[in-house]
Amino acid sequence: MRKVKELIIEKSLLSSALITILVTFGIIMVLSVEAVIFFKEVSIVDFFTDTQWTPLFTEKHFGILPLLSGTLLTSFIAISVALPIGLSISIYLSEYAPKSFRKTIKPLLELLAAVPTVVYGFFALVVVTPFLQEIIPNLSGFNSLSAGIVMGIMIIPYISSLSEDALHAVPSSLREASFGMGATKLQTAFKVIVPAASSGIIVSIILAISRAIGETMIVAIAAGQQPRLTLDPTVPVETITAYIVQVSLGDVQHGSLEYRTIFAAGITLFAFTFLLNTISYRIRKKYQEKYE
Amino acid sequence: MNSIQKNRWKDQAFKVWGILCTLIGLVLLVVFIGDILIDGLQRIDWSFITSLPSRKAEKSGIYTALIGSIWILLLTTIIAFPIGVAAGIYLEEYAKKNRFSGLLEINISNLAGVPSIIYGLLGLEVFVRIMNLGASVLAGSLTLSLLILPIIIVATREAIKAVPSSIKDASFALGASKWQTIWHQILPASGGGILTGVILALSRAIGETAPLIVVGALAYVPFAPSNPMDEFSVLPIQIFNWISRPQHGFIENAAAAIIILLAITFIMNGIAVYFRNKWQKKWK
Repeated sequence: MRKVKELIIEKSLLSSALITILVTFGIIMVLSVEAVIFFKEVSIVDFFTDTQWTPLFTEKHFGILPLLSGTLLTSFIAISVALPIGLSISIYLSEYAPKSFRKTIKPLLELLAAVPTVVYGFFALVVVTPFLQEIIPNLSGFNSLSAGIVMGIMIIPYISSLSEDALHAVPSSLREASFGMGATKLQTAFKVIVPAASSGIIVSIILAISRAIGETMIVAIAAGQQPRLTLDPTVPVETITAYIVQVSLGDVQHGSLEYRTIFAAGITLFAFTFLLNTISYRIRKKYQEKYE
Repeated sequence: MNSIQKNRWKDQAFKVWGILCTLIGLVLLVVFIGDILIDGLQRIDWSFITSLPSRKAEKSGIYTALIGSIWILLLTTIIAFPIGVAAGIYLEEYAKKNRFSGLLEINISNLAGVPSIIYGLLGLEVFVRIMNLGASVLAGSLTLSLLILPIIIVATREAIKAVPSSIKDASFALGASKWQTIWHQILPASGGGILTGVILALSRAIGETAPLIVVGALAYVPFAPSNPMDEFSVLPIQIFNWISRPQHGFIENAAAAIIILLAITFIMNGIAVYFRNKWQKKWK
């Protein structure tokens, strides 16, 4: 009797775990089924080479490049902000800061990632853009610069927290050896500790990039809704995620070609983040083995 | 200046730079929140919380959105909490180290990195269309449950891992079965950690906007939802809607609603941190 009960419990726990496999399967099925139907009507070559994205206009073009460039541009700006700041924070906290300071500041920094993204969107549009417009007079009201900067602030804790964990995991014997040779903290940090923790740092950067590429509300609010193939950070652009939001807010008929565009855009986004997540998982597994 | 002095000077310079970087994010956050308080605080009163949305900014309130958010929070907890904890228990206590459990692990790690808007597309097809739930509170909650499932699973595993194995061994030695050990020893011992993770996951869910927009949550609903099949709006979508309007009055409304959303988020985070600290002390 007891054995049967134990078995039933184990199987029901297992089925909960299997739900996660179903979710992945569901995502891939939903995206690919709709995308396959989409690519029956739109040639895949046009999708990747056409430089215009105008599915909601009468003269339709289905080139993903403008959405992709918008996504990559805002993510690039975000990483340029978050990488130097986040990395400096992690080195400072791990190598310089007193333990008590580290303990209080880490949860506070993580609060940056806990703020809902719609709030960051508001900051970008109402606070940062007007401020930047005083420095750059021809900055458009919607632009990738302020969206990117604010997104960068949001992802600082992704880089600082994970990198700090990696730096902290470096055995202190390495530190002591370096100090013993007369190196300063700075030399030790950059020439010994950072290289030793490089795989963990790279993982944190990849995860931050993946987070930036998938971020939606900040760019939907502050970067505009004009798909445009450009690297100019002062003009409105549209990202893949912002396009999906734009279509979802309008009345697009279920089953229409316009409706399917959000799945074609979605599968492109999913492919990017899946690739980045898989790479980071691989590196993380390898690096865990190294220290254990 | 010789090279030793130079190196010492560089060392000090980096220290200052490190402090600056650590504080800049927090300072900006404080500036932002200060700005929002100035914009929105005078707008918050009882009628702002109890009024329905309206075309006139000064008459608009957050009642429907707030009730929608509470519904979403409750249903998401009911759905995601048992499944997430159960999956976490399975992976930590039952799963053998083989290819299958490796696959489960990679899969969960990948799901945690899937952008939230993709979950919206999944919910739109599966819950709204195929299961025919429509743009209801239930469809929204199911979507958000899947979104936060990986976070709950990871938190559960971490909490269970932290329980000393001596407790488990003692329980087995007294003749307890595996499930009795889990139910009477491991879960009570790791409850604080699990709770922390669940609260953090829920605070993420309450701030989510994009997946609910894709699922079809509305910016304007005339009535608060009264059952799981009703249409709904949530606070973040109401804020998004107000930000998108040109009239200045709506910006004030958005700021006021943000204050309430941030208050909810920060309180949830505070509770989570409180549980974490209390629970960490126990094992030392």
